[in-house]
Amino acid sequence: MSEHNEHAHHIVGPGVYVAILFALLIGTGLTVWASFLELGLWNPVIALAIATTKAVLVVLFFMHVKYSTKLTKLAIFSGIFMFLVLISMTLADYISRAWGSW
Amino acid sequence: MSTHTIVSLPDQSTARIPKDNYITRENGLLSWLLTSDHKRIAILYLISITFFFFIGGALAGLIRLELLTPQADLMASDTYNKVFTMHGVIMIFFFLVPSVPATLGNFFIPMMIGAKDLALPKVNLLSWYLYMAGGLLALYTMTVGGVDTGWTFTTPLSTHYVNTNVLTTGLAVFIAGFSSILTGLNFIVTIHKMRAPGLTWFRLPLFIWSNYAASILMVLGTPVLAIAIVLIALERTLGIGVFDPTKGGDPLLFQHLFWFYSHPAVYIMILPGMGVISEVISNFSRKRVFGYTAVAFSSVAIAVFGFFVWAHHMFIMGISNYAVLVFSLLSMLVAVPSAIKIFNWSLTLYKGSITFETPMLYAFGFMGLFTIGGMTGVFLGSSGTDIHLTETYFIVAHFHFVMVGGMLMAFLAGIHFWWPKMTGRMYPEKISQLAAVVTFIGFNLTFFPQFILGMLGMPRRYAAYPPEFQILNVFSTAGATILGVGYLLPVLYLVWSLRYGAIAGDNPWQATGLEWQTQSPPLTENFAVIPIMDHEAYDYEWLEKQQKEKGVTSVG
Amino acid sequence: MLDRSANTAHSAHEGHPPYLRHHFNSTEQQADAAGFAMWLFLLTEVMFFGGLFTAYLIYRNWYYPAFVAGSHQLDVRWGTLNTLVLICSSFTMAMGVWCAETRRRKGLVLSLTLTFILGLGFLGIKTVEYREKIEKHHVPGFHYSLKSFLDPQSDPEIYAEYHDKPLVPDMARHTELYFSLYFLMTGMHALHMIIGIGILGFMILRAKAGAYTAGHVTFVENFGLYWHFVDIIWIYLFALLYLISRHQ
Repeated sequence: MSEHNEHAHHIVGPGVYVAILFALLIGTGLTVWASFLELGLWNPVIALAIATTKAVLVVLFFMHVKYSTKLTKLAIFSGIFMFLVLISMTLADYISRAWGSW
Repeated sequence: MSTHTIVSLPDQSTARIPKDNYITRENGLLSWLLTSDHKRIAILYLISITFFFFIGGALAGLIRLELLTPQADLMASDTYNKVFTMHGVIMIFFFLVPSVPATLGNFFIPMMIGAKDLALPKVNLLSWYLYMAGGLLALYTMTVGGVDTGWTFTTPLSTHYVNTNVLTTGLAVFIAGFSSILTGLNFIVTIHKMRAPGLTWFRLPLFIWSNYAASILMVLGTPVLAIAIVLIALERTLGIGVFDPTKGGDPLLFQHLFWFYSHPAVYIMILPGMGVISEVISNFSRKRVFGYTAVAFSSVAIAVFGFFVWAHHMFIMGISNYAVLVFSLLSMLVAVPSAIKIFNWSLTLYKGSITFETPMLYAFGFMGLFTIGGMTGVFLGSSGTDIHLTETYFIVAHFHFVMVGGMLMAFLAGIHFWWPKMTGRMYPEKISQLAAVVTFIGFNLTFFPQFILGMLGMPRRYAAYPPEFQILNVFSTAGATILGVGYLLPVLYLVWSLRYGAIAGDNPWQATGLEWQTQSPPLTENFAVIPIMDHEAYDYEWLEKQQKEKGVTSVG
Repeated sequence: MLDRSANTAHSAHEGHPPYLRHHFNSTEQQADAAGFAMWLFLLTEVMFFGGLFTAYLIYRNWYYPAFVAGSHQLDVRWGTLNTLVLICSSFTMAMGVWCAETRRRKGLVLSLTLTFILGLGFLGIKTVEYREKIEKHHVPGFHYSLKSFLDPQSDPEIYAEYHDKPLVPDMARHTELYFSLYFLMTGMHALHMIIGIGILGFMILRAKAGAYTAGHVTFVENFGLYWHFVDIIWIYLFALLYLISRHQ
């Protein structure tokens, strides 16, 4: 079954791109500024949260996923899911070892 | 053996191979080497994997010869290590992983969905060239000293303690990995985007579902193997320390990355075979596969769960007890979808009209041997018993039961089932049935004693063993000889059939798939007119109606 | 594009663009399949880099002080500049795709050229950073030096910013692991950048010839996906390597 190319219906315009560009630039400034603050455990959390927000903006708008088929979104989700499985289940081994420098 | 058969051949006195088909359309070596026709690429793969299979088989022969006697007398231990390593590398990466997908999958996935080719035909050809490059590099490695780490390249042995050709073999596997990724990628895109009108997901043959699930594993799992190999290469050359305890690295990290791929890899190997079995069992019982939806979903479930269990290969390696517990539990889960398939195939047979042509013989062999192999997998997934059984011949027997008794039998079932479609000729039935039986007997004699050896404590990957294990080893080697005959016969009679086999016609098996509704061998473009799917898969009543309307049962 | 109407096999197929491959039913199906294939390829890249991220996370947990000290050797200003450069290049690339879709040939060439220049800029900055590491002997496997970690005051600029305490020799040795992962991850990323820039060069020439502004935008679109992906990898590398370990 062929599916319609979404771009026949939706071309993302420069306005959106400029807005996202500014959001990304601001996000970069924000994350660098936050890295100068002494926030203990929250430093990595904030940095990764901002990084993820930026990545999501790039994926949704620059890569047009917001206007994509469900299949594309499912494929991306499963890739990210597998990536998280790799990291978390491997880390689970390391974190639960009695010896080692934890 | 019943003499009743469903084979329906055209009148041999007037039958001819169709003049225009994918083989005759173009001539010359270059037309094959530069083809973008998925069927020609499938044949290229078929020839090459057969070649690698026999090299791997020869290495197996050497292993069994050495193990006839308790001493390491036929070859030095170091050489023995090289022999079993290359046997594993070649059989896994250059035979089993591409076997069904790259031959039968390449040939029949487009046909089964009513498409003219795969989505990316040139990428398909690239896949074959990558495969050949990797394979030839692996062969070359054998000539310059081989590698002796075992196919698993376990660290820190492979990074710090051997000076054999780890890098070249790693590179060969890396290249072959890309071949696999591209094939899987091609299949996923094709199955999603190129199905004929009316062909919804749940009307697809189960062969498609199985290859689809295997393709997901190929695409998401193989890259992790790639990075693991890159890290080994850098560790060996630059000493970056990622796997070196003296620099703070952890050898187990390699194993996590390696098995993250290599466990799904075993499902990459078996799932397409299971797809073949679905097709064969349905056809030779004249019955729709029981619980079609369950079988379809179980294929995807095997793929998904297959990603969660990798550390059951590492129970004794030093992972935490907590990890052992979690991975052992999850491994129990992954057995369930496989079992579902066996139940469904059995229920397909129940009240079916069963005939015993060669593909069906192989399918029966598969069901019995895969069940045994699968059940012994449960003993290994259970961490307590695994501590005793791991790194013994029990493991060797387990994976040979599922891979050889399972996958290789499924591959042979598929080759025999689709041979008439690919070549236009039937293979000789009597000798092929004989070969199937010989293979079954040889297989059991070879590998069943190894379960016992493993339980008695014989370790794997050793050239020498305690003398009390000799008798079982002798049985095993005797079986291997018989098995070798069983594998040689098909090569001989299949090649023979290319010239002298009966003309098969469109549909000698009276099968329902789309690929059987067109000429044998097929046209280059597969279908003169794109079919429209208006019936379910395995619809034997639809087929009967078709045949009544056409008035003939096959076209010569 | 070749004029194929003279080819008899084609005469029955007039009315479809020359770039439609014959195993597809329509250009929509072809573009759809190509885009999906590109996404699947990007998923393989996610898993490929995933192995490196796993290694990084594990060893950062094990050798936290060494990773902090190692990360202090990176200049946040260069890293920030690189991030800004790549983000802008993603913007210019997205604009390029829009130009292709709206058939603006000159705009497309300009966008691709800007993306190309920004990409080169990124690599230039990386070269500066790498050279610094080489000069300070912080390259694993090549006379790796522990001096900066055993005696942080030997590095006055960095000491002024962070006032690091000296590491014990055992932990100091693990900074080599940090730099291994640093070079691996940024090197793998840079390799992908180089390949991307190479393809960009080819694309600029083809774009000048009008290849992508006649309705067939698939190549530009899919390359855009690749380029944005490489940008996303850097966004995470920047955070993980430069930002999260700046404090003890």
